[in-house]
Amino acid sequence: MDLTPTPRLSIGPVLYYWARETLDAFYEEVADLPVDLVYLGETVCAKRRSFRLQDWIDWGERLAAAGKEVVLSGMALLEADSELKALQHLCENGRFRVEANDMGAVQLLAARGLPFVAGPSINLYNPRALSVMAKAGMIRWVLPVELSRTALEGLQRSRPPGVQTEVLAYGRLPLAYSARCFTARAYNLPKDDCALRCLDHPDGFTLRTREGEPFLALNGIQTQSAQTQCLLADLPQLAALEVDILRISPQARHTAQVVDAFRHCIDGDLPPEEGARSLAGLMPIGPCDGYWHGRPGMAQVGTLG
Amino acid sequence: MELVCPAGNLPSLKAAVDEGADAVYLGFRDATNARNFAGLNFNEAGMRSGIAYAQQRGRRVFLALNTYPQPDGWSNWQAAVDRAAALGVDALIAADMGVLDYASEHHPDLPLHLSVQGSATNRESLRFYHERFGIRRAVLPRVLSLEQVREVVARSPVQIEVFGFGSLCVMVEGRCLLSSYAAGQSPNTHGCCSPASEVHWEETSKGLEVRLGGVLTDRFADHESAGYPTICKGRYQAGGAAYYAIEEPTSLNTLDLLPQLRIAGVSAIKIEGRQRSPAYVRQVTKVWRSALDAAAREGERFVPRREWMSVLGRVAEGTQTTLGAYHRPWQ
Repeated sequence: MDLTPTPRLSIGPVLYYWARETLDAFYEEVADLPVDLVYLGETVCAKRRSFRLQDWIDWGERLAAAGKEVVLSGMALLEADSELKALQHLCENGRFRVEANDMGAVQLLAARGLPFVAGPSINLYNPRALSVMAKAGMIRWVLPVELSRTALEGLQRSRPPGVQTEVLAYGRLPLAYSARCFTARAYNLPKDDCALRCLDHPDGFTLRTREGEPFLALNGIQTQSAQTQCLLADLPQLAALEVDILRISPQARHTAQVVDAFRHCIDGDLPPEEGARSLAGLMPIGPCDGYWHGRPGMAQVGTLG
Repeated sequence: MELVCPAGNLPSLKAAVDEGADAVYLGFRDATNARNFAGLNFNEAGMRSGIAYAQQRGRRVFLALNTYPQPDGWSNWQAAVDRAAALGVDALIAADMGVLDYASEHHPDLPLHLSVQGSATNRESLRFYHERFGIRRAVLPRVLSLEQVREVVARSPVQIEVFGFGSLCVMVEGRCLLSSYAAGQSPNTHGCCSPASEVHWEETSKGLEVRLGGVLTDRFADHESAGYPTICKGRYQAGGAAYYAIEEPTSLNTLDLLPQLRIAGVSAIKIEGRQRSPAYVRQVTKVWRSALDAAAREGERFVPRREWMSVLGRVAEGTQTTLGAYHRPWQ
């Protein structure tokens, strides 16, 4: 009898600027996908307004009716007072749990006695930090993306009771946030008059080195990896470490196929390494898994043949 | 406003104190601080004499313990907090919640400052660290405009320190993983951005090439000056020709803004550069001491002297200086 717990699957927040119709079509599809949780909301740039808070909540209701656990995700970098007010409205939505992506959100939620999820841009690197956050009301945390399997082992050993662990298992890695918009800069546009150029880059804008190697992806004020982190081949280790949830970060195309591959591997219908191989061609550029193996994040350590 | 200056070693510390810094900040010679470079920082004996030198002259010493320990390293960070308390530093500058929690529980009399690496850009975030750990001061990331700094200071539960001069992080500090993505070490994990061991220079037929972790971050023609490679200051291609896709190699200089920062209620100005030479620390401290004294005397009539700007211009990274995010020509 196999007693290894089975991780659940989540769809992370859409990190890119997609038009309203694109988001509607995407979540129509998500409603029927074999995932357990869906994170909704804008986490990168306050100027992206395809959906208002009420639109997210409406989609939350529909996805909840389809059996998904719904979480609303907040912004990672808060600068203007207006952004803080919007975050407050999100925290006080009264319906769905919130993923805090800045300590400001943690404070707003903790002060209201609301349980919350700590997203990947909250720096939780050691057990004592986890325990501080558990006392503040954290019920789930997402492993910071630069941490390795070894670090996760140590963190899981002293994980506070009742706290779930989620790992970004598939997606371009969020690596940095700035006050500046690099997509606007690429077009020689000022941030305040950016012409919403992120709409033209539904997977981010790939940045190449001077010898043509894909390196980073510009996503407005966020900088991502050009490579897509994929930990599907490491599913056995993730399960053995009792990771509760594997997150799939949405991409413009093929998200459903990515979900299916993860689902089949989790259900034991497909060997994880074979599943991982099947995903390599669906990524904007290609795979990486270095952070998980304690190497530079862009490295690909596992064999993908 | 207080002047807080960098001390990467004992000569720099003495230079800062001699030229009128109100406080110096320093770190242990290991990964517990965010300027973990070879040949830099203090062993315990050096720190003891540095602290004595400053405190005997009525200045304060802040110890940066501002990286994020992982489970394996936790005991080293914990021991470093205990050592800092025993050494009698005037404040601990920390970023990690675990470190702050440990320090506030075991050394309740040791004042805590939230490091810029703590990444707090808004009052709610500051409230969290104030309520849970009793921090007395926070250093703001270099991403806020002057207006946003005003908003934060006006409703902050703690004193606010801002960067006045030095290298410019264009990414919000504490949440930038670019260095570990290419080279395996980041400010959060190892206290360093662009580890020297991963930097390689090579003269090629196309120009002088520099790589970090094997990634070509830039290539320089003969007439171009080549700076130390950080990913955010490299040149890349997004479709067309290579350009500074993220940030030009410039420095921050906020001398022009001193009157506004005073009126906003900023408590302290921080000078970046523990990795720089004692001569840099001496020159920059001297200029900023004069400028802060002048700003206090002259209020809104304050205008930076040309000779100050030229000294700062000479020691700045790259040749230009900018107002960074405080002023936003690009917004």
